[in-house]
Amino acid sequence: MFAAENGLKGDPRLEAISAAIRVVPNFPKKGIMFQDITTLLLDHKAFKHTIDIFVDRYKDMQISVVAGVEARGFMFGPSIALAIGAKFVPLRKPGKLPGKVISESYELEYGHDRLEMHVDAVKPLERVIIIDDLVATGGTLSAAISLMESQGAEVVECACVIGLPEVKGQHKLKGKPLYVLVEPSGLDEFC
Amino acid sequence: MQSIVSSHHLCLAPPSPVLRQRLLCHRIPSIRLPSHRSTTSLGLFTCAAVSRESEMAAAAKEDGQDLRIPKIASSIRVIPDFPKPGIMFQDITTLLLDTEAFKDTIDIFVERYKGKGISVVAGVEARGFIFGPPIALAIGAKFVPMRKPKKLPGKVISEEYSLEYGTDKIEMHVGAVEPGERAIIIDDLIATGGTLAAAIRLLERVGVKIVECACVIELPELKGREKLGEAPLFILVTSDAA
Repeated sequence: MFAAENGLKGDPRLEAISAAIRVVPNFPKKGIMFQDITTLLLDHKAFKHTIDIFVDRYKDMQISVVAGVEARGFMFGPSIALAIGAKFVPLRKPGKLPGKVISESYELEYGHDRLEMHVDAVKPLERVIIIDDLVATGGTLSAAISLMESQGAEVVECACVIGLPEVKGQHKLKGKPLYVLVEPSGLDEFC
Repeated sequence: MQSIVSSHHLCLAPPSPVLRQRLLCHRIPSIRLPSHRSTTSLGLFTCAAVSRESEMAAAAKEDGQDLRIPKIASSIRVIPDFPKPGIMFQDITTLLLDTEAFKDTIDIFVERYKGKGISVVAGVEARGFIFGPPIALAIGAKFVPMRKPKKLPGKVISEEYSLEYGTDKIEMHVGAVEPGERAIIIDDLIATGGTLAAAIRLLERVGVKIVECACVIELPELKGREKLGEAPLFILVTSDAA
């Protein structure tokens, strides 16, 4: 669900966050309006607002694990983890984690990829949130949820800064709640 | 086998009138911790005094050694023969699972860099993205990701560096930083120093002053420090490469 529909309607921080995100047309290929969060990271106030909103939401929910999807999930997850007293668990592309891993594949537009996690990173019954910068189809997040559930952990929510139109109206992802701060900038509104 | 070093002199003009202790700039025999594979005996150690602004950090010291550092060092897992035989890989993911050790790591960097007029924290992909942003947020600086080729969507400048076999590139967005800004560069570990040296060159090309490079771990045998030119290096833990 979008933050504006869930208690933060009219919150000026959401506008500041949205305005700080740069749109880069035709990246990585023609027709894609790429949502560039690097400009958000350059805006200290807006970056702090982003983290504060997530921290306020999760700090009293007994979350013991913040998992972040490589690589842009790494830019948001650790700050949230530190503020709420949770562990940070990186979810990585294949071959990057040095220890024993479990992996889950997910679909790309053409072909598929894999997401990996260390086997000892989360314990059964731990309460987990999964962070990424943006959710489009939800394929990567679904793979992340599968990894957590395979270890007996409970995914409390998935959280992203930006949610593409495909997810609007969908409150759940593979049965799990989804929390998104802003819609993409620079898109024409259809229906 | 892992060991701890104390911090080094931070060569900054102090912005405030607070009297600072001067640091000794040489490496001192450091505490050796039991590795995760074998046990060695603990030796006595002495450490250089560390300049601090935070009273809390001063309270955590004993004989000049920051007491948080042994815990940070012991939270790092060593994985033998990754990515190839003979390499002892320093796995910081276990540090990230230790909430106190991770918090202490960030706190030490924040205490060192807060109030020094640093407006840019640059982090090297990908593990630099884990440590950099929390530091940037706490000291009021921008976070600038330095990435592998073709990841950044906008106009970039890039710098090549040598690998064991071949070369690689590191990239940064044009306009992310401005001439005259003061920056620190963060990565989890310095080995040969190739990546950090490339990051320094990239930032200096656009007129940024590198105040310091900061890593959690150094592998001193690989002499990465020598590649950094004028830029000082601050680390928390040293370890053997192989």
